Amino acid sequence: MTGRKQQMILFMLFAAGILAAPFFLKGSYLLTVMVFVGINTMLAVALNLLLGYAGQISLGHAAFFGMGAYISGIITSRFPVDPFGVMLLAAVLAGALAFVIGFPILKLKGHYLAMATLGFGIIMYIIFNETVAYTGGPSGLPGIPSLRIGVLVFDNDLRNYYLVWMFTLVVMLLAINLVQSRIGRALRAIHDSEVAARVMGVNARILKVQIFSLSAVISAVAGSLYAHVMTFIAPASFGFNFSVELLTMIVVGGLGSIYGSFLGAAILTTLPEFLRVFQDWDIIVYGLMLILMTMFMPGGLISGMEAGLRHVMAKIFKGDGGHAQA
Amino acid sequence: MADFRQLFQYILSGLSNGAIYALIGFGFAVIYNATGIINFAQGEFVMLGGMLTVFFLTVLQMPLAPAILLAIAVSTAAGVTFERLAIRPLRNAEPLRLIIITIGASIFIRGVAMLLWGKDTHALPAFSGQEPLAVAGATILPQHLWIFGVTILIILASRLFFNHTIMGKAMRACSYNPQAAGLVGISVKNMVMLSFMVSAAIGSLAGIIIAPLTMTSYDVGIMLGLKGFCAVIIGGMSSGLGTVMGGLLLGLLESLGAGFISASYKDAIAFIILLLILFIRPEGLFARKESERF
Repeated sequence: MTGRKQQMILFMLFAAGILAAPFFLKGSYLLTVMVFVGINTMLAVALNLLLGYAGQISLGHAAFFGMGAYISGIITSRFPVDPFGVMLLAAVLAGALAFVIGFPILKLKGHYLAMATLGFGIIMYIIFNETVAYTGGPSGLPGIPSLRIGVLVFDNDLRNYYLVWMFTLVVMLLAINLVQSRIGRALRAIHDSEVAARVMGVNARILKVQIFSLSAVISAVAGSLYAHVMTFIAPASFGFNFSVELLTMIVVGGLGSIYGSFLGAAILTTLPEFLRVFQDWDIIVYGLMLILMTMFMPGGLISGMEAGLRHVMAKIFKGDGGHAQA
Repeated sequence: MADFRQLFQYILSGLSNGAIYALIGFGFAVIYNATGIINFAQGEFVMLGGMLTVFFLTVLQMPLAPAILLAIAVSTAAGVTFERLAIRPLRNAEPLRLIIITIGASIFIRGVAMLLWGKDTHALPAFSGQEPLAVAGATILPQHLWIFGVTILIILASRLFFNHTIMGKAMRACSYNPQAAGLVGISVKNMVMLSFMVSAAIGSLAGIIIAPLTMTSYDVGIMLGLKGFCAVIIGGMSSGLGTVMGGLLLGLLESLGAGFISASYKDAIAFIILLLILFIRPEGLFARKESERF
């Protein structure tokens, strides 16, 4: 399939760009920012699989992110255990929780699903805040050790950059392959019409729960990474506002697009760094972005860029334009 | 005896919070029944009511009654503007886009409020003094009476409106079947706008009468809005009286839970109830007819 081949070449180019970026950004503050762009890209991809592809909204994804961060943070700051093992544990627990609540929650649709996931997110936020003995409560949890492999300690920006982006690239590759597979087509079918998808033999109920769990697992891994990179976490990073920020990322970048997730994450993560004034204006800007993009550019910024890119790729390969979509 | 008095106090504050939740929930139901939209910005009207009253009262030095009326008028205007600019152009969009739009509006309004009035919490003076009245060994603030009185008035007025005026009946017709309503000459567009007006007005009023008891700030809208939604979910979208019962029940459970179990998990109680109801009986506890939720 030319579509898939083009996809792989596009991904290779993207990955090469990401891996080479530190040579240009070395010592710059932008490198630090790019570490967080990586983490947010993972989260945006996770949410986009659920919302952009399967059409199921979640306003509580910050909860899974927080779960990963707190499980990793609490255990590794107290016990001398392998942090990668804990990361795996956190991912499994978040996935299991998502699986269990996924059955009743994903029975709901549209507005009710949004409210239910929002309620779930707020309950988790209250738990992060109130279980002070474990999480440190509102004042946060300090002293989380950096990740290490043997003698290599991930304690500076450059090392963290490669650490985070290794995970992010793997997640992106996985997502790109997933959405092009049979499962991806089934998800899009559910998005367009769940009834029609079921008639065609798609087990919509199970599939929605599975993609919800996968999304939670990715978010939890991002959370673990965040905790180790920051070495300090506080509940404010995992509340409703962050769930909305994630939503804004994928709406701005492009619903149903993996590279759109990256674009949205990159814009929303770097914007506040450039515009100091942004600090107080952020929620106004996010609100306007959500409204204006939804009204005038429902495909997100990537849809325009993708059309241009496809045009170029088609010229290079002299194919018939290949309707690749990722 | 002390325990009994305490219990009475919990019940009283639970009921007064519950009345507020019921009013907010009522605002959700009015828009939902007219459009099928759950307006995530509903809580912001509640915040606007309280904050605008504080603004008119303290900065513009207006007397209380005109300040309240003006606050309700401005909030209502905000509701109408929102409907005209963001909801009407997307009338036939899929729910996902409408959800995102109303979330966007919600954080936009909250952000504007924060810029205009800062992050401080403000208190509104009680409408008729702070002198508590002693009833059966417990104390009732005059503001509690205001809350109960206004809530009962609003409920009665809306019953009259929806059952006995031509406009109210037209709105109900739109909620049953917009197409048929259009065929008999009802302007569905106007009814949708009217629903945003009514909803914003009731929401801002709720925000005003609770502000003297609980303080107000730019971000009270999220929690109050969600609890109002919870009330309407308990009661069922289609039932006005159910929403009142839902609000009161939620207020009571919250207040008793905070008093006897744990104050720090007070807010979680509402959301656990919300999830349980959505999972087990999504049509609501008091709903008469089944409403569309799946």
